[in-house]
Amino acid sequence: MTSTSPTLTRRAALGGFGAALAMPALRPAFGQGTPIKVGVLHSLSGTMAISETALRDTVLMMVDWVNAKGGVMGRKVEAVVVDPASNWPLFAEKARELLQVHKVDVTFGCWTSVSRKSVLPVFEELNGMLFYPVQYEGEEESKNIFYTGAAPNQQAIPAVEYLMSKDGGEAKRIALLGTDYVYPRTTNRILRGFLKSKGIGDADIMEEYTPFGHSDWQGIVARVKRFASEGKKTAIVSTINGDANVPFYRELGNQGIKAEDIPCVAFSVGEEELAGIDTKPLVGHLAAWNYFMSVQGAPNTEFKQLWQSYIKNPKRVTNDPMEATYTGFRMWTQAVERAKSTKVDDVRAAMIGQKLMAPCGYEEEMLPNHHLSKPVLIGEVQEDGQFNIVWKTPNAVKAENWSPFIPENANRRR
Amino acid sequence: MKNLLLALGVLLWLALPARAQDAFTAALPGLAGGFGDIATSVEQLGALGDPRALPILRALQAGQLQKHADGRLLLPGNTDAATGQPADASGAETVRLNNRVRQALRGALGRLQLVSPDAAERGAAAEAIFRSRSAEDVPTLQAAIARETDAGVKAKLVLALAAAQLVAPDEEAKRDAIARLGAAGTVEARALLIEARAANPTLVTAIDISIASIERSLSIRRAAETLFQGLSLGSVLLLAALGLAVTFGVMGVINMAHGEFVMLGAYATFMVQEACRGIPWLAPWSLPLSVPAAFLIAAAAGAALERGLIRHLYGRPLETLLMTFGVGMILQQAVRTIFGAQNREVASPAWMQGTLMLPGGIAVTQNRLWIIVFGIAVLLLVIAAIRFTRFGLEMRAVVQNRRIAATMGIRTGRVDALTFAFGSGIAGMAGVALSQIDNVSPNLGTGYIIDSFMVVVFGGVGSLAGTLVGALTLGVVNKVLEPYAGAVLAKVFVLVAIMLFIQRRPRGLFALKGRAAES
Repeated sequence: MTSTSPTLTRRAALGGFGAALAMPALRPAFGQGTPIKVGVLHSLSGTMAISETALRDTVLMMVDWVNAKGGVMGRKVEAVVVDPASNWPLFAEKARELLQVHKVDVTFGCWTSVSRKSVLPVFEELNGMLFYPVQYEGEEESKNIFYTGAAPNQQAIPAVEYLMSKDGGEAKRIALLGTDYVYPRTTNRILRGFLKSKGIGDADIMEEYTPFGHSDWQGIVARVKRFASEGKKTAIVSTINGDANVPFYRELGNQGIKAEDIPCVAFSVGEEELAGIDTKPLVGHLAAWNYFMSVQGAPNTEFKQLWQSYIKNPKRVTNDPMEATYTGFRMWTQAVERAKSTKVDDVRAAMIGQKLMAPCGYEEEMLPNHHLSKPVLIGEVQEDGQFNIVWKTPNAVKAENWSPFIPENANRRR
Repeated sequence: MKNLLLALGVLLWLALPARAQDAFTAALPGLAGGFGDIATSVEQLGALGDPRALPILRALQAGQLQKHADGRLLLPGNTDAATGQPADASGAETVRLNNRVRQALRGALGRLQLVSPDAAERGAAAEAIFRSRSAEDVPTLQAAIARETDAGVKAKLVLALAAAQLVAPDEEAKRDAIARLGAAGTVEARALLIEARAANPTLVTAIDISIASIERSLSIRRAAETLFQGLSLGSVLLLAALGLAVTFGVMGVINMAHGEFVMLGAYATFMVQEACRGIPWLAPWSLPLSVPAAFLIAAAAGAALERGLIRHLYGRPLETLLMTFGVGMILQQAVRTIFGAQNREVASPAWMQGTLMLPGGIAVTQNRLWIIVFGIAVLLLVIAAIRFTRFGLEMRAVVQNRRIAATMGIRTGRVDALTFAFGSGIAGMAGVALSQIDNVSPNLGTGYIIDSFMVVVFGGVGSLAGTLVGALTLGVVNKVLEPYAGAVLAKVFVLVAIMLFIQRRPRGLFALKGRAAES
């Protein structure tokens, strides 16, 4: 095989990223053909940068990883990074730029549901392919999107079931606290339906929303305390997103709410979010995810080592959306190899049924509804900012993106 | 015959502790099992009252109890929990806890620590029993009350006894307990009474009377707490707006980068904390130390901005607005590049954590209380600087009439720079306070810029008293509305109210009068 290094157009060099360029001598030999382009559509500035920069790094790490193995179908993979800056309309513009100007073969991106809703019509119009790596509210299915995060039945509902179980404290009243946008509102609507089906009435459910970045939680936490003092065991279900979580947990600690009395289970708080916070007052509060950094087993050890050596920091943590990005990327390489093509229609067909032993320690499978089967894990916060896994499902759970608790969409279930 | 009786007695005397030992050793292996087993055996150990259980349960609570795969338990210092002999620790793993176990532990430790010589431990024990009460605690508590000497602990024990009597069968004691819980007037007591209401149909009237009396004292307390929350929000707004009251109110510069100076102050706090980390005697004082540091860093940035850019744009408010907006974005991205997109952790010193109970059972969080104090201190500092220093005099002179001030020998350019630096420095000091309640992230300032302008415009441009009254009014109104409208709508209502108010009084609450107001 002759070493024909791919010619880099100026645009690719400008818009892209060239770890391989920096070390030409170490570049593995690639076969014939132009490089495969991978778009990265994550906010690198603005409010969501705190969460999304790690996902950009994960995709870049995977590009390095696949190139070190000789690329996909012998072709080199190249990343094209754009910054939609936590600005929802800009997400759509940047998606269009990736598809039309850079002509990427696949895109990994988005965190908030509002950004995904903003790019969805673009991907459908131009027949692109997006891998979305974050747990979300469901009620969506597109042939152009693969959802590698959890649907509500893989996170929210099992978590509330746990709170109502003997081990979880047999909660009889639930306070639903969330950030004011589509994901928390839809999730809480599903949970309300679920709680009703379990015999918990409206009088025992409290629901409150706050804006993004809310920092003054005194009133809300005081009201939760009062709500909890009406003779029934109470738990908090938090869909609070982004860095508003830090002052929220600080207020819980300052007002002396202990996990033994009022446990709080969160759906958007992972290792990365806990990194900026004093976790001592939070010990015992819960999070529900499909992956924790503390999962034992070879696939996770491999994943953690890959990440920490890529980022050159042995203390950096991994989290669930990073694992979902990793899993999605590996399944995409498998599907391309199987389809022997990077055409969206071919890869899409090859994606269904792809399996991978994921870092969460379970075999995950891409289902025909473009969602994964995933295990559900519930962890308690420990003093070191890691999670102690206190409950998990015996098997991977199949995603139900259309919830039976949303009446108008329930008939769309497969 | 007598001998036989004696022998029987001796046998019995021997057998009793042996039985207790059996129950103790029988309860131990559960600690090596699943969460349910651990909780059960913790409850058994607590009920036994065997003092040997105390070190084991304490180790379990501290996460220092270890287990071998065969179920042997290890205490810290590698001694076997059952025998007390030294044991091999290799291959042992820590026994993990979950909330159910923690709850059981609290009750069990409470029962065991009731005889502790330390009054604080006995008080904690009484509280623990109050939460995990059961009918069996009644005699233990009665004995404990009889021998208790500390009045504070005794009061807690009496409440715990009432809680236990509420679930015991004795009807007469129950009535007493209901009256005592009603007199206690706490939310916890109310929770117990509501729970007991369904189980005791004959006592419903007595329970309702007690609940009503608790409600009365709670409603007063709640009003006081809402007022405190409002003052706290107001003090945060005051801190964020004070610097703007100087740069916008006095100088008339629309500085959209004001929030970024606040953010710089918060990052200065972080840097001082990191610098102090290595020096143990200095570390607890890093927060007070960061106040001057944050002032200087933000003031230096402000002076550079004024000298470098703003002075070329005096009299052109639109251009100033756009330019400072751009500077704000540059500062944000610069901080993001230097410190990373991740939030930085600024720890709260111990004296700023937790809740302070004021007389009357009003709970106020320590960090908020200190921020109110800090806000007032900064306000007094600003007033003093403007009133009593030469710089303040020159500043007022330049604001009132720039030309005459210049003819009197005041270097107006220098005064402009100093005034702007002063206002920016105050913003930096606000950043120190905000680092305690908000996230230290590059976006910290953007959340406060609108609020700051709102406070200054509402209070009256150029008036410090207006800024104070404006900030506190907005804070209290916001917190009073919040329970009814929710956090999002409450803020919307406040904004609408301000719009209407500005329509009626365009110059705000405290309008400046005289010539200065006309210009």
